[in-house]
Amino acid sequence: MKLNVRNLMARPEMAALLIFVALFVVFSFINDRFFATGNMTVYLQPIPELAIVAMGITILIIAGEFDLSVGSVFGLSPMVTVLLMQNGWPTAAAILAGLMIAALIGFGNGLITLKLKIPSFIATLGMLFMARSFAVVLAGGFPPIFPRELDVSWLVGRLDLGLVTPRVSLLYMIAIALVLGFVLRRMDFGHWIFATGGHPQAARDMGIKTERVKMACFMLCATLAGFAGIIQSFRVKVIVPNLGTGLEMQAIAAAVIGGVALTGGVGSILGAVVGTLLIAMIENILILSGVNANWFMFAVGAMIVVAVVLNTQTRLKAEGMKG
Amino acid sequence: MSTAANTAEEPIIKCVGLQKWYGAVHALKNVDFHAARGEVIGLVGDNGAGKSTLIKILSGVHTQDKGDIFIEGRNVSITGPEVAMGLGIETIYQYTAMVPEMSIAQNFFIGREPLKFGRPGLGIVDRAKMAREAMEGLRGVGLHLRGPDTPVKALSGGQRQGVAIARAMHFRSKVLILDEPTNHLSVKETNKVLDHVVELKGLGITSIFISHNLHHIHPISDRIVAMARGEKIADLPAGEISVDEMTRMIS
Ligand SMILES: Nc1ncnc2c1ncn2[C@@H]1O[C@H](COP(=O)(O)OP(=O)(O)OP(=O)(O)O)[C@@H](O)[C@H]1O
Ligand SMILES: [Mg+2]
Repeated sequence: MKLNVRNLMARPEMAALLIFVALFVVFSFINDRFFATGNMTVYLQPIPELAIVAMGITILIIAGEFDLSVGSVFGLSPMVTVLLMQNGWPTAAAILAGLMIAALIGFGNGLITLKLKIPSFIATLGMLFMARSFAVVLAGGFPPIFPRELDVSWLVGRLDLGLVTPRVSLLYMIAIALVLGFVLRRMDFGHWIFATGGHPQAARDMGIKTERVKMACFMLCATLAGFAGIIQSFRVKVIVPNLGTGLEMQAIAAAVIGGVALTGGVGSILGAVVGTLLIAMIENILILSGVNANWFMFAVGAMIVVAVVLNTQTRLKAEGMKG
Repeated sequence: MSTAANTAEEPIIKCVGLQKWYGAVHALKNVDFHAARGEVIGLVGDNGAGKSTLIKILSGVHTQDKGDIFIEGRNVSITGPEVAMGLGIETIYQYTAMVPEMSIAQNFFIGREPLKFGRPGLGIVDRAKMAREAMEGLRGVGLHLRGPDTPVKALSGGQRQGVAIARAMHFRSKVLILDEPTNHLSVKETNKVLDHVVELKGLGITSIFISHNLHHIHPISDRIVAMARGEKIADLPAGEISVDEMTRMIS
């Protein structure tokens, strides 16, 4: 039993979960409009998009690399998809092409980082500008008009759950989270990801092809960012070339709040989701309470620090406990 | 021509004319090396003599620029650690090839996870089997640790080396390479590692042991191989040389 408590405390997402539950209770008390069905629907609306990006970032950081270009890919993928649909491509093919562009950018990030041996922080910073520029150039000064008549219900339609009506995309997010969580925890490739980020030399010396593992994670991260961008553009039925600007910071914040360690080898999918829920909750309560929206960044910043401090402390405590 | 007799006498490892350059550094100069089944070889030499370079070629971390390697008489090219491990060559590194954040069971099977389903890289790991076999393996080398889920960062240096040795045993290594495995270890833990090597000899496993502590190496070795500046300078039965003579030879 004691052992279970220790294992639980050692989980990377523990601090974020505790903060989430505590704030949820507090917010429900201090503002009776918070835990109301209408507000919960609003609250859940943007969650899938940020969470999907944060999950990709989380896996990449666990593998010991980084991606600053996710915000740009988030804008580029739907730009490609919408442009192709305008040119008469079937929706499925256009989305596939959008995702493939994203995967290609992830491949480029991996290639620059791994073959040219420069830090992924720099490689993907470069890609942040290049991919964004690509999206702007593609838009050609006049952002394409989103086909209003397009049936998007399969991706972002309303899901009537009685109390709340989130978007269908929430189901996609849950499915992606379950699959990725399974891969990380139950599949050998997941072990390789943790080993690659946790101790690259040990992983290599034990015969793991760490470059291939990292490349797969770069491509996964970018593809998820592209998919999230497509979800958002389909939800708001607009495509602009600056879609997703600054999103990389929110996604990294969500991942870090969720317990991912920038040193690699530590983190969880659940953490990425809870981190996202927390960031969105802060935004939501600030808007509800009519607080100056500029406090949002302050609150997110404070939460990063609190979560990481709490995380470090619980993990240290867990290590000190004898099981 | 009796092939059967030949295979019996065939050294388990034989290297002929190994050469290695790191850029302009000629780290191995035409080195021959061999080891018989169940033999313990003490590999000694001053810093930079080329000891690690030689064993890194055998464990697949580096590849030689020239020369041939024969495993049980078969000419092999060891292109990566997984190839070496596939040939039955396991390596215990000074730094312990373990991921601190991962559990004992996960580290035991790192890169070689037993699968319930699928194929390597796309498989579902058999966690029960990992836990069971890791604990069996540890008991096999006389290690009684808390449990298979304990993270490796909670173990002492000696315990980690014990896990590494148990891991090598589990995968039926024929040749165990130990590159300064006792650095940073206490006297007690060091003796434990030395005991392991002696036990393995009884199981017919060949060990190549590198250490700067000649007092550790001498009593457990059957043969001493000394290197200097990338060359092999001596290769003789341990009984024919004393620790003092070894010290003079390599310094
Ligand atoms: N990766 C490398 N790149 C460049 N030079 C290297 C590399 N590894 C080793 N060397 C050089 O090759 C030579 C042999 O090094 P090696 O590590 O094999 O020596 P060693 O006998 O293991 O020494 P030590 O006892 O200090 O571990 C040295 O001159 C070393 O500087
Ligand atoms: Mg060395």
